[in-house]
Amino acid sequence: MGAIEQAAGLVFQWDVLVTIFFAAVFGMFVGAIPGLTATMAIALLVPVTFFMDPIPAVGAMVTCAAMAIFAGDIPGTLLRIPGTPASAAYTDEAYAMTRKGEAEKALGANLLYSALGGLVGTAVLIFAAPHLAEVALKFSSTEYFWMAMLGLTCAAFISSGSPVKGLVSLLIGLSVATIGLNNPAGQPRFTFGHTEMMGGIDFIAAMIGLFAVSEILRNAAGGARNLPVPQVPIGNPLRGWGTMLRTYWRQQIRGNVVGVGVGALPGAGADLAAWIAYAVSRRFSKNKEKYGTGHVEGIVEATSANNAAVGSAWVPALVFGIPGDTITAIVIGVLFVKGLNPGPTLFIFNPQNIYAIFLIFILANLIMIPLGYLAIRAGRQLLRVPRRIIMPVILAFCMVGAFATNNAVFNIGIMLAFGILGFFMEDNGIPVAPCILGIVLGGMVEQHFITTMIRSDGELLAFFGRPIAAGLGVVTLLIWITPMIMWLRRRGSPTPAPQGAGPEGA
Amino acid sequence: MRTGSKLETTVRPQGKTRRGWLMASAAAIVIGAVGMSGAAQAYPDRPLTLIVPWGAGGGTDATARIVASLLEGELGQPVNVVNRTGGSGVVGHSAIADAEPDGYTIGLATVEINMMHWQGLTDLTWEDYTPLALVNEDPAAVHVRADSEWEDLNDMLEAIRANPGQHRASGTGQGGIWHLAIAGLLSELDMDPTSVPWVPSQGAAPGLQDLVAGGVDIVPSSIPEARSLLDAGRVKSLAVMSSDRNAAFPDVPTTEEIVGVAWNIGAWRAIVGPQGLPEEAVETLTAALEAVYNSDEYAEFMSGQGFGMRWAVGDDLVSFMGESNENLGDVMREVGLAE
Repeated sequence: MGAIEQAAGLVFQWDVLVTIFFAAVFGMFVGAIPGLTATMAIALLVPVTFFMDPIPAVGAMVTCAAMAIFAGDIPGTLLRIPGTPASAAYTDEAYAMTRKGEAEKALGANLLYSALGGLVGTAVLIFAAPHLAEVALKFSSTEYFWMAMLGLTCAAFISSGSPVKGLVSLLIGLSVATIGLNNPAGQPRFTFGHTEMMGGIDFIAAMIGLFAVSEILRNAAGGARNLPVPQVPIGNPLRGWGTMLRTYWRQQIRGNVVGVGVGALPGAGADLAAWIAYAVSRRFSKNKEKYGTGHVEGIVEATSANNAAVGSAWVPALVFGIPGDTITAIVIGVLFVKGLNPGPTLFIFNPQNIYAIFLIFILANLIMIPLGYLAIRAGRQLLRVPRRIIMPVILAFCMVGAFATNNAVFNIGIMLAFGILGFFMEDNGIPVAPCILGIVLGGMVEQHFITTMIRSDGELLAFFGRPIAAGLGVVTLLIWITPMIMWLRRRGSPTPAPQGAGPEGA
Repeated sequence: MRTGSKLETTVRPQGKTRRGWLMASAAAIVIGAVGMSGAAQAYPDRPLTLIVPWGAGGGTDATARIVASLLEGELGQPVNVVNRTGGSGVVGHSAIADAEPDGYTIGLATVEINMMHWQGLTDLTWEDYTPLALVNEDPAAVHVRADSEWEDLNDMLEAIRANPGQHRASGTGQGGIWHLAIAGLLSELDMDPTSVPWVPSQGAAPGLQDLVAGGVDIVPSSIPEARSLLDAGRVKSLAVMSSDRNAAFPDVPTTEEIVGVAWNIGAWRAIVGPQGLPEEAVETLTAALEAVYNSDEYAEFMSGQGFGMRWAVGDDLVSFMGESNENLGDVMREVGLAE
């Protein structure tokens, strides 16, 4: 095909490759700093790309985004500060591995499955974009409502302790999500007349508080002892990866599928994909009891999902110009400026450009492996620093991150408040991860519930009125009802019946 | 050494001026630009901050960033874009108004400044700012699904008259600019503004997605917001709510051409400063912004994005903002959205 050769000609030029390399380093740097998100990295690139040719401009953004999402795993694993919200689902798990001395194994898994997930997302983008986009376009608020409900349901599965405590944590998060003006009626709620409160609780600041500050407080309370276990060096990464690939290929594929599916939905994105994938992984695992204790299985699946989602988020963006997430929203603007107007015409009239973009996706995920490996080797040194020295430094970084999310000192206050909240929650055995899920999804659930009700004049059956919505709704309800039926049946008869609770109920 | 030691900067998160130092250092890394080019200049002699009340990724953010990067060339000082989001724009607009009026913090005000005070969300009005320059305006347009049976605006209005409450619209939050656009049009035509129920959304993009998915029937957003779906043949524009047709979409008629009633409403963006900017700063900034607006780069960017160009400074801008405020207040009272 002539277009593919033309595309290769566009990409394999030294200025394009150098741009991609620097964008990768920049993305790695920004993603690794807690609080600085992939979105922010891309936004900072906008004025720079304005002075570039179209292909290097898009290449810089694509590479930077992929790299930043992976790099977010580094501080999450080493210091329990998720670098980006997409890492939050498995931050606890990865940090538990660090405490067992397996930081490099966790990060190695993150790196490998991030790159592979990105490549799968790209493959889907190349081969299925138009078809997948058609499905994604059929999603209206009814379907999104059920997607968000499915996400919330994950809270019951991700918390390793008692489901009741997981639920308590989720409800705390959902309550926090009601604060502010950002609700369907546009009415200020729980703002106490405070302008900053109108913006609601920034969930990145809350996330840093719940994870990192609570950990710092625990260290302060416990005398800041160093990690008792020495870190196991990663050794030959290729050998370790080979074993992992053989053991966890099912988890990888499932994670990729979840990531691609959720990522292609405009507005859902990598964050939700990681949560759902982690919950699915735990639900189907033979080693459920190991989850939350530093077990790599869930990390494999979740990190496969979030990077696959980064790729598939481009499906609606390139086919219809509808942003799949905030990153693609920025890039769509740049595409327009560069004359690469997203839409079917891009595929028909300028195939060499679209193939060039695909090639860059592939390059970005390949370059991730050597750069990521170097970053992991460098990051390991952090763990050698005595805890009583590193903890105050982490606190400083947390403040930077919280401030940078919205350039507001107010967010540092939010972070500290949630740090104290997180400390007391974990002190009482209440996990913090479901709380973050509640903050992330609370607004989405409410928005889509109210929207659907307005559209149907208050008819509750509308939630099952469209085929995809009905399917998602039935699955969600089955997940809720199945454990209850099982429980009742166990109470009713001494020997549980073997049937029921088929795979569709999972 | 603005990009210097990470650690040193982090332990003092609130530097002496609370400017977006972090953005500054990160941006400087990317651009490789180390400021301080002009030697002994009176104003500006240090970097400026441009506050944007909306998130990274939107059209407002993109506009601010291109203005900032071009302004940088004019002023010889870095201009750091700082997003202060939340509260439907209240947080960011308050941050601009509350900034030190020294000429080093300016902001991008949007049409919402003339709406939120009518809703009782804030006491801030456009009069709390020093207007510097209007840089853009995008009129509302009426979008429907491409396979809709409505051929023109009259068909749509007939359908609404025949079945009030049956056809729903979306594209902003409750009481947002596009909500006012459609409600105002209906009330201008002596129809009940609530006969098209409003489905609140997080912006035009999700509203348009919902339109294509069949969730709503009408999205009264600006044309650039709907552009890729227009190109993809998924939606069609029935009319644009301005006095002239859009140069990039000359086939879309104005509302006046179809229904004979002039109804002009749109979203605009203006660079402003806090009240009481020094005279020197106003003069320097206005001149620099004029050069930015007239640059090829700006025109290229705006036409690339499909954004409308509109320019006003000084008294023109003051009367523009005042009129916009009164008009929007009228609509909001008629629709019952004002307090």
